[in-house]
Amino acid sequence: MGSTHEVTVDVNGRSRRATVAARTSLADFLRDELNLTGTHLGCEHGVCGACTVLLNGTPVRSCIMLAAQADGESVTTIEGLSDEHGNLNPVQEAFCRSHALQCGFCTPGMVLAVQSLVDTVEEPTREDIDEAIGGNICRCTGYVQIREAARSAVEEARCARAATGAGGAR
Amino acid sequence: MKPIDFHLHRPTTLAEAIALLAEHGDDAKVLAGGQSLLPLLNFRLARPEHVVDLGRLTTLRTTRRTTDGLTLGAMVTYARAEASRAVAEDAPLLAAALPFVAHKPVRARGTVGGSIAHGDPAAELPAVIRALDAVMVAAGPRGVRRIPAAEFFVGNLVTALEVDEILTGIDVARPARGTGAAFTEVGRRQGDFALVGAGAQVTVADGVVVDVRIALTGIAGVPHRATEAETLLTGVPPADLDLDAAADATRAVIAPSGDLHATADYRRDVAGVLLGRVVATAVERATGHAHRAA
Repeated sequence: MGSTHEVTVDVNGRSRRATVAARTSLADFLRDELNLTGTHLGCEHGVCGACTVLLNGTPVRSCIMLAAQADGESVTTIEGLSDEHGNLNPVQEAFCRSHALQCGFCTPGMVLAVQSLVDTVEEPTREDIDEAIGGNICRCTGYVQIREAARSAVEEARCARAATGAGGAR
Repeated sequence: MKPIDFHLHRPTTLAEAIALLAEHGDDAKVLAGGQSLLPLLNFRLARPEHVVDLGRLTTLRTTRRTTDGLTLGAMVTYARAEASRAVAEDAPLLAAALPFVAHKPVRARGTVGGSIAHGDPAAELPAVIRALDAVMVAAGPRGVRRIPAAEFFVGNLVTALEVDEILTGIDVARPARGTGAAFTEVGRRQGDFALVGAGAQVTVADGVVVDVRIALTGIAGVPHRATEAETLLTGVPPADLDLDAAADATRAVIAPSGDLHATADYRRDVAGVLLGRVVATAVERATGHAHRAA
């Protein structure tokens, strides 16, 4: 038998304590222990990007990170973007508006990748958008609508900042 | 797939980590950023009984500038190195190569030391580190060893590290003024392991090329330094560089293998083309002038 580990992980703003087996990936921990099944598992070797979550605000692949390595860290999953009533956040709305999904399998990873771009880059270029979603594979859309959703989300964030006079992306 | 059951150790000191490796030896694997090891574990291509995670060794996460150059902590992530001014100034070839490593989410977790200790000849960092003649600092039960890059990469995924040694840092010498660097690769998809990659760092002083370092990925079992091309380019004024001859010299000595993705001939040809391009760009960055074919 392998070892087990006590972990405390902040998931979507809520502190979660659990005992995990050493071999448990962060993705399996989120899905099987916390029932946060919005994190999808595709390739399980870090290629497809479906399992992307934000670790302390930065996109990472949760299938090639151990749950034990997330001890003391902060994780945002797709469930953490909408509000408590289930209202979609602006990036999610942009995906709907732009018809940026078909089967939906890659969508949680795509949305979180775009969310990180919106949060961290004030005036992203087309190249920045491609770089942000470059590690996520979509087999339905051909990416055109996803790029459009990202562009739309970026534009909306810019307008929102201008309207509130906020200091810009962190 | 899922990894086999294993024991995970999360030491907080280097001494503790070394003791764990000394105890478990061949049954243990060192976990750095996990971006190569976790896929191997998931596929059960690696089946270690013990995994020693270096994630809590915060001392390995620092980049220090010394009088001679740069000491990169082995656990510095690609993303950190990419954002580092010290890396950009003291190791321009490394800085040029970093954006080509996989995708952002992988660069957020993957580490400089992890890539080097993994020793993949298709990866960017081992090739660049080899061309820069960097020195790997390894700590083990018998003390600290300094291993020059020329002796470090032994074979495909095989390095000079002993099973109970940990790569703790990489020393890179500061280049002289008048140095420029460039990196590029050819692959099917951006972010994938490239079919062939090439990097060059060139120093120009008193109107001649005084130092050239050329790295090639994907064309041999170990990261390749194109010394045959370097010899032809050294001591020559930038305007007189014969890049075609340098490319041909390299094509004559490399023996890439062919596979589903590209034939050996294609890889050999592309290696020469990329070599010419990165040297031209590096010269341009070193001198501030566009390179004109001789």
